[in-house]
Amino acid sequence: MPGSARPRSRAYSGLPRWVYVPAALGALFVLVPFVGILTRVDWLHFVALITSDSSLAALGLSLETALASTVACLVLGVPMALVLARGPVRGRRWLRSLVLLPLVLPPVVGGLALLYTFGRLGFVGRWLDVFGVQLAFTTTAVVMAQTFVSLPFLVVSLEGALRTAGGRYEAVAATLGAAPSHVFWRVTLPLVLPGLASGLVLSFARSLGEFGATLTFAGSLQGVTRTLPLEVYLQREVDPDAAVALALVLVVVAALVVGLAYGRRAAGAVAA
Amino acid sequence: MSFRLRAALADRGLDAGLHVESGETVAVLGPNGAGKSTLFALAAGLVRADEGSAELDGRVLFDTKSGAWVPPHARGVALLAQEPLLFPHLTVLENVAFGPRAGGASRASARATAERWLREVDAAELADRRPTQLSGGQARRVAVARALAAEPSLLLLDEPFAALDAGAAPALRRLLRRVLAGRTAVIITHEALDAHLLAERVVVLEGGRIAEQGPTAALLERPRSHFAAGLSGLNFVRGRTTAPARLAVAGLGEVFGVVPSEAGEAPATGEDAVAVFRPADVAVYASSSGLGASAPGADGRGGQDSMEEPPHGSPRNAWRAVVAELEPRGAQVRVHARAGDAAIVADLTPAAAAELDLAPGAAVVLVAKAAAVTVYAA
Repeated sequence: MPGSARPRSRAYSGLPRWVYVPAALGALFVLVPFVGILTRVDWLHFVALITSDSSLAALGLSLETALASTVACLVLGVPMALVLARGPVRGRRWLRSLVLLPLVLPPVVGGLALLYTFGRLGFVGRWLDVFGVQLAFTTTAVVMAQTFVSLPFLVVSLEGALRTAGGRYEAVAATLGAAPSHVFWRVTLPLVLPGLASGLVLSFARSLGEFGATLTFAGSLQGVTRTLPLEVYLQREVDPDAAVALALVLVVVAALVVGLAYGRRAAGAVAA
Repeated sequence: MSFRLRAALADRGLDAGLHVESGETVAVLGPNGAGKSTLFALAAGLVRADEGSAELDGRVLFDTKSGAWVPPHARGVALLAQEPLLFPHLTVLENVAFGPRAGGASRASARATAERWLREVDAAELADRRPTQLSGGQARRVAVARALAAEPSLLLLDEPFAALDAGAAPALRRLLRRVLAGRTAVIITHEALDAHLLAERVVVLEGGRIAEQGPTAALLERPRSHFAAGLSGLNFVRGRTTAPARLAVAGLGEVFGVVPSEAGEAPATGEDAVAVFRPADVAVYASSSGLGASAPGADGRGGQDSMEEPPHGSPRNAWRAVVAELEPRGAQVRVHARAGDAAIVADLTPAAAAELDLAPGAAVVLVAKAAAVTVYAA
């Protein structure tokens, strides 16, 4: 409701009392481990630990690649969601299942699939090699691995938003003389902006945390393919204090991203 | 310079044609599910026909024979849906400017056009509002302005008064009457009043087929379909003439009436014909004691003398019937009865209905004077 304060519900909720027990347990299960990390942080050397060369390189690489793969998800995923939600596609169910496959696949399997496709010996990679293009174990490979696992997040949330919105506004826009592209930019996209935003946030967060596919397809080269999660895993063996400090950085970045996006969505919901 | 459509769509059981002269407004009437909205979707290009064609001002919109098909945005056909469907992310002014902008107008000129149309629908002061801040009536007015700002060659209005609160309908009706004058338009409605006020011609669609069509006043006065008769509030039976003003109706028997004085309306003997009569002209008698207790029609024309005996002297119709339902309608009670295969309604005063102790299932005799029944060719 526009203008009304945040609804402090005084209405009867109808929830059975016992659901609060498992709900609280679940919340604790998610939150308590963060306390675990906080208790292990070496606050004395915290700044030094996260500003070491390898840490800064990993953080920078992570932000760069996650951003790049989010853009890739945007460019590829929006049309995919549109076609899945609205296109006159046969075998829509099959297509959707295939698109969602990376969501349920272990990332390491995705990495292997990418390696045997785009690697030097892969059937596409072999052909690319002829032109002097090598993808595996490059920063591009990191972005590809992240895009591979993150794309379904964007497609799923945007397709849901498109289905919920329905096509009625688009039909009206068309009868007002708007060509399909005009309708897309001026009607469809603005209407599903909240869904698109949450899809992008999910994709970015998933890219930021990507580990298995990246390690398999891109390896772990400092400054080239070693993103923050890989650095955390590596340091865990060598320097646990550094690993914990970097893990905390990841937690903070992830929380910032989700918090920012959620805050904007809440504001948007009030304005809409 | 006109609109002509003929299309079949097996999916929706539609096989109908529509013709609108340039500058003419046609009302499409029909029960729910008759295919009215499908007809609009076909005209606007939102649904493809299995078979058929359409033309607007000499341009082919679609033709299944040649495979021609013009997409919705290039048709010049604006569709005003049952809901206003104003774009929620745009202001009222931006909504109305949407059509001109889509047509390639500059920002400034689209804005000027939108402001002009908002003034035309008395909504200039709403320009900066969001659609969520509008009342139902305001949103409809803005939707009308938005459709007209797109300068369509053909305007389709799908039940513009549906779900509109009673207070807002008269103003919108006046507005539409003003803006539809001289405009090529088709309006779907359930109200005889809208057809009378807004349309020169009426098309009645029943079960996906055109049941009848003609000039509004003539058609609603002499309906030849159940639906149109219902809109005009008339009883309607269909049969075959056995004499100039005598109609044999299956399941009901003979119906006596009078033929209209207009030339060409009187049916020839043996021809299909219809009989119409007003519910107020039907008197209801209890049938328990033969034709004993009785009550006059609601308009009192049954007269006091008919309280004991049904009227004799003048020719009349008397049908045995069973009460199906009683429906209070303001100062009257409408009795829905079944006489044989025919559904007949009669309007009584509440006092008369109570005196007859009417209830669903009660056996009654319905009486209508022949002078009150009009018989004409179907």
